[in-house]
This record gives sequence, C-alpha cells and structure tokens, in this order.
Amino acid sequence: MCNDSKAKKPYINIDGYRMEDKFSELDDSIKIEMLRKMYEIRHFENETEQFIIRGMIHGTCHLYIGEEATAVGAIYAINDDDYITSTHRGHGHCIAKGADLNIMMAELLGKKTGYCKGKGGSMHIADVGSGNLGANGVVGGSIGIATGAALTCKMKKNGKIVVCFFGDGAANQGIFHGSINMASIWDLPIIYLCENNVYGMSTSVKEAFNIEKISDRKCAYGIEGLTIDGNNLVEVFNAVSHFTGECRAGRGPVLIESLTYRWMGHSKSDAQVYRTKEEIKQWVERDPIERYKKILIDQKILTEKEDRDLEKEAISQIEEAAKFARESPFPEPSEVEDDVYA
Amino acid sequence: MRELTYLEAIREAMQQKMREDSNVYLIGEDIAEYGGAFGVTVGMLEEFGKERIINTPISEEAIIGVATGSAVTGMRPIAEIMFSDFITIAMDQIANQAAKIRYMFGGKAKVPLVIRTAGGGGTGAAAQHSQSLEALVAHIPGLKVVMPSCPYDAKGLLVSSINDDNPVIFIEHKLLYNNKKCIQNVPRQMYEIPLGKGDVKREGSDISVAATSYMVQKSLEAAEKLSQEKGIECEVIDIRTLRPLDIDIILDSIKKTGRLLCVEEAPIFGGFMGEVSAQVSEKGFNWLDAPVVRVAGRNCPVPYSLVLEQEMIPGASRIEKGILNLLNKT
Repeated sequence: MCNDSKAKKPYINIDGYRMEDKFSELDDSIKIEMLRKMYEIRHFENETEQFIIRGMIHGTCHLYIGEEATAVGAIYAINDDDYITSTHRGHGHCIAKGADLNIMMAELLGKKTGYCKGKGGSMHIADVGSGNLGANGVVGGSIGIATGAALTCKMKKNGKIVVCFFGDGAANQGIFHGSINMASIWDLPIIYLCENNVYGMSTSVKEAFNIEKISDRKCAYGIEGLTIDGNNLVEVFNAVSHFTGECRAGRGPVLIESLTYRWMGHSKSDAQVYRTKEEIKQWVERDPIERYKKILIDQKILTEKEDRDLEKEAISQIEEAAKFARESPFPEPSEVEDDVYA
Repeated sequence: MRELTYLEAIREAMQQKMREDSNVYLIGEDIAEYGGAFGVTVGMLEEFGKERIINTPISEEAIIGVATGSAVTGMRPIAEIMFSDFITIAMDQIANQAAKIRYMFGGKAKVPLVIRTAGGGGTGAAAQHSQSLEALVAHIPGLKVVMPSCPYDAKGLLVSSINDDNPVIFIEHKLLYNNKKCIQNVPRQMYEIPLGKGDVKREGSDISVAATSYMVQKSLEAAEKLSQEKGIECEVIDIRTLRPLDIDIILDSIKKTGRLLCVEEAPIFGGFMGEVSAQVSEKGFNWLDAPVVRVAGRNCPVPYSLVLEQEMIPGASRIEKGILNLLNKT
C-alpha cells in the first residue's frame, strides 16, 4: 500500500520555516481547551480593566489583550512540569500555565488570599510549585532567572525545559545578551520567547532596533531561531513544539520572536499618543481569538453554539473569581514584615 | 587542629559543603583553571569538575541572574564576583530579584544563594577595585550581609551562609586572604557560626570598639598598643554579620564601658556604622557617657597613590587617636 496519502504535511510558518504540524496531532479536547484558555485570559483582562476604572486596583496593571495566542500556544506546547518565567504583562502566561483565577484576581486586589498574600500584586504573580517562576516588574529581569532554571534542569538532568517570555523592550537590556550567551555556550534547555508587541511602553520597535527581525540576533549567539505570527495559535504551538525535543535533548537554546500587538495602553495611565487608531484597528482585525475560533469551526471541531457556550463558561468563571477577590479579606497590617527572610 | 590562612579556610568551607551536598556549586569568572583572581578556588576544578565549578564569561549581571534562577529551582549556588565593586553591575539581579523574590511571592519561594566577593582597599588598585560597598547591600531587606575578619570565622560563617535559605552577600577582604599575621587554628571538621551573632575579639573595660572585616584587625592592633603603652583596655567587637545585626553584643559592652567607637573602611557618609550608631543611641543612650564616634574612610573614592590611599582608609593610628579622643586623653 502506498502511504503517500497519509504522509504528514509540514507546517510552513510566516518566516518560511518548515516544521512538523504537531497541532494537527492534538486531541480535539486540547484544541478546545486552548480556546477556552484564551477566553479566560481575555475576560480576566476585561474584568481587570473594570476594576481599574472603578479604582479598585491599588497600583498599575498591564493587560495582555490581543496577545493571548502566544502565551497559550507556547505553554500548551510544553509539559505541565516545565518552567516558565513571565513579564510585567504576565496575566496571560500565569493563566495559561494553570494559575487559579480566584487566587490571581485576589492578588490584583491586594487580598490576603492572593498568590502573594497581597505582597506582590499584578507584576509579581508566581506559582513556583507549578513551574511558574514569576512575573517580573523589571523589563528583562526574568531572563537571567529563566536561564538559571535551565541550568538547574541541566545539572539535575530532570528532563525539564524553560520557556522564558519577555518583550521587545527587554531584548535591548544587557541581561538579554549575558544570559543567552551563557545558555548557548552551555547548551541549556531554554526557549527564549520574545513577544514583539511593537512598543516598549511608547517606544516603537522601529525606533529601538536597527534590524528587521529580533530573531536575527540568534546569529550573535550561534543558536537557532525564527520569527512567527504570534497571533496565530497554531503557528505558536507548532514553532515551540518544533524546538522542545531538541531543547530537552540538550542541544541548546532557541530564540523565537512572536509578532503580536497589545490592544490596550501600556498601563492604566497611557494616553496612547504614540500610535494611531487605524493601527490598532488593523491589529484588532487580526484578533488571535477570532482567528483560532474560525480554524476550529472550519475544521468542524467546534460549532458556533459550542463556542458561545465556551465563552460564557469562561465569563462566569471570571465573575466567580472577581466575587472571590472582592469578598476576600485584606492582609493584616501586622503581616508587613513577614516573608522577608526564609 | 592546624593553621590555615583566611583564603584556605574559605576554600575548605566550600570544598566540605560541596562534598556533602551535590546541589552546591560554584559559578563565576576565572574560577576554574585559573583558580579565581585571588586564588580562592585553586584545585577545586580538579576535585569537582567543570560541571560544578562553572567558569563564566565576563557577565556579572547574568552570573547573579543565573545563580538566582538556579537557587529558586533547587540548587545552592555560590557565585563569585571577583571584586565587590562589580556587584554594582549585577545590582538589578541582587536588589530587585534575589533579595525580593521571597517577599514578592508571599513567602512561597526561597533563594539559597551565596555571593562571595572581595572587598576593601589597601592594594593600590584604586577607585574601581577597592570599595567597601557593604552599606549598599545591607540596606536592602531580604539580603543577609557577612564580613568575616579571620580564618576561623570565615569558615564557620561561610558554612552557615551556604546552609542559609536566603541570599547572603559574603564580603571577603583582600588584605586578609594570605595575611600571615592572621593565620589561625581552624578545626578540620565542618562547623557553623550562626549568622546574626557578633563576637568579642578582645575584652576590655575602658571603651568599646565595634568594627568590621579588616578594621577588626586594625582595631586589635590599636588596642594592644594602647594597653601596653597607656594601660587603656579596649573591648573590640567584631560585628561579623551586618544583617542580621547583633546589636545586643554592642549594648552589653557599652553597659560596661560607657563609650563606643565604630570603625569601618567605607566612606563615613551614609556608612553602615551610621546604623550602628543610631541603634545604640536609640537603645543604649542611658549607658553612654559620650556620643558615639565613628572612624571611617574619607569621603572620596579610593585613590591610587599610596600616600593618598593611606589617608583615605583608616589605619591603627587613626583608630588609636579616635579612642584617645573619646576618652579625653592624648
């Protein structure tokens, strides 16, 4: 018998990179779960924005709306016990990694029941036990930590890998250079995933880089890398999956640049004078959720009705989280000096 | 018992901990074949191999970032920063990451990291290789800061620092490494000296002198001279760990002497002894017969020329003068 009809079609990404279409091998239930996670992120952020408007967030928040495919696609391509590090725009990564929405929302409201007992807030949500080594308030701050986690994986030979999320802004920090260079010379099992969302606060990548693609910096470290469509979940999943095996086998780090866009302002105090409504509109038209939903519906994995139910479930879960957060107690003032030292 | 130098005592602490615990490893610049800029890690590559004696490129920020990440995920790294001046290059990782991870995460992570670094001047290495930056790090909640003044303490304090689940800045003094005057009997077996305990290095009833690191040796020199020449008996207290600070050992001493001279090598403005002085004023005012006085570095970078360097950094004679002034004697 001729197997030609069953030969797997490769996936070719926007960079012309050929890779296996690992996404197509997934169970439908996982494909649907990923859509659900994207809805959870979207509505978590919508709810957070409402809290911001109502003055219930003591501090700032950086919303991930518009970038959901990158966090979900990348994190579903690795194992549950693999590590991630996140950024100041970290809600999406935490949710994709399986964070409890109630506990996350409680942290945003500074409640004792939050992930950090109200001591960290939006920028410091972590769940070390589940492999989430934390969001980070410093741009690029987690790149070294992620690299250190990868060193642990190598030294303990535990077969785990690390996905280090950071933004385009972080790619110009010194720690980016020092860390990726070390990971390269020591063949550390780490995927550096640069979320190029076009702006580092207000500064456009056009002003901050004199290269076409941030992934071109792979040459400086002698490692593999590519640029992907970060608003296409299938592409993110396939690209990260493509490298996990090599990475786990000790053949070193990778630099992936994921092209995406943040729909909202940088933080709660951003008048957005540096970009046009037209530009935002163009990116909203490339909504990662709409695109992924269409793929699932076209492939008859999901019906329109099932999709609506899925989104409704996510919304009610977020409402539940908001309720939990609102009703949770604040920490006692006497706890202020707890947890400084182990 | 046998005699060891300060450098040998530090090396022995690391060797013994590494033999005992496979999670302990070393990371830093030129620590493998070269044996470290000051020779502290000589021979360790041969015993432990390059997997655990990890030589790095010159990237201080990444060294501390990597060490921190590995500490959070279950290793117990000892990072060597060649000169303490270079901790400033790694300051985001030290001050914003390692020090704060536990607190920011609500106590759900630990960072068992030791940063060993060589501090202090007197070597003619000038402004960027001679600083005493302990006040910078001691100011940051979440960090512990240790400055041993002799081989016995160096070994016991380093063992405790490696066993500690918090980031510890362990500042060694270059002039102590191979100092033949400071060779001591050091037990062969592993032992701990608890962090947060000072030590009375010389008992006396006339005046208390609190000092750190190499200044403990200089204070002892001044104390001996004053004892022999003038019959003045100084109580010399080695602070040993700046954070947590053992203020009680100083308060107990001034109950006896009524006077306190604080000695440190760093520039006097904003130095660590300002903290000691403030705490003693707040908690021990009733026992003081005179204001607390500091003898410390001059308010300038460490200069190159020997003449200028000796003017900047306190020596035994300035400490001696400080003691006499505080006792209203000449």
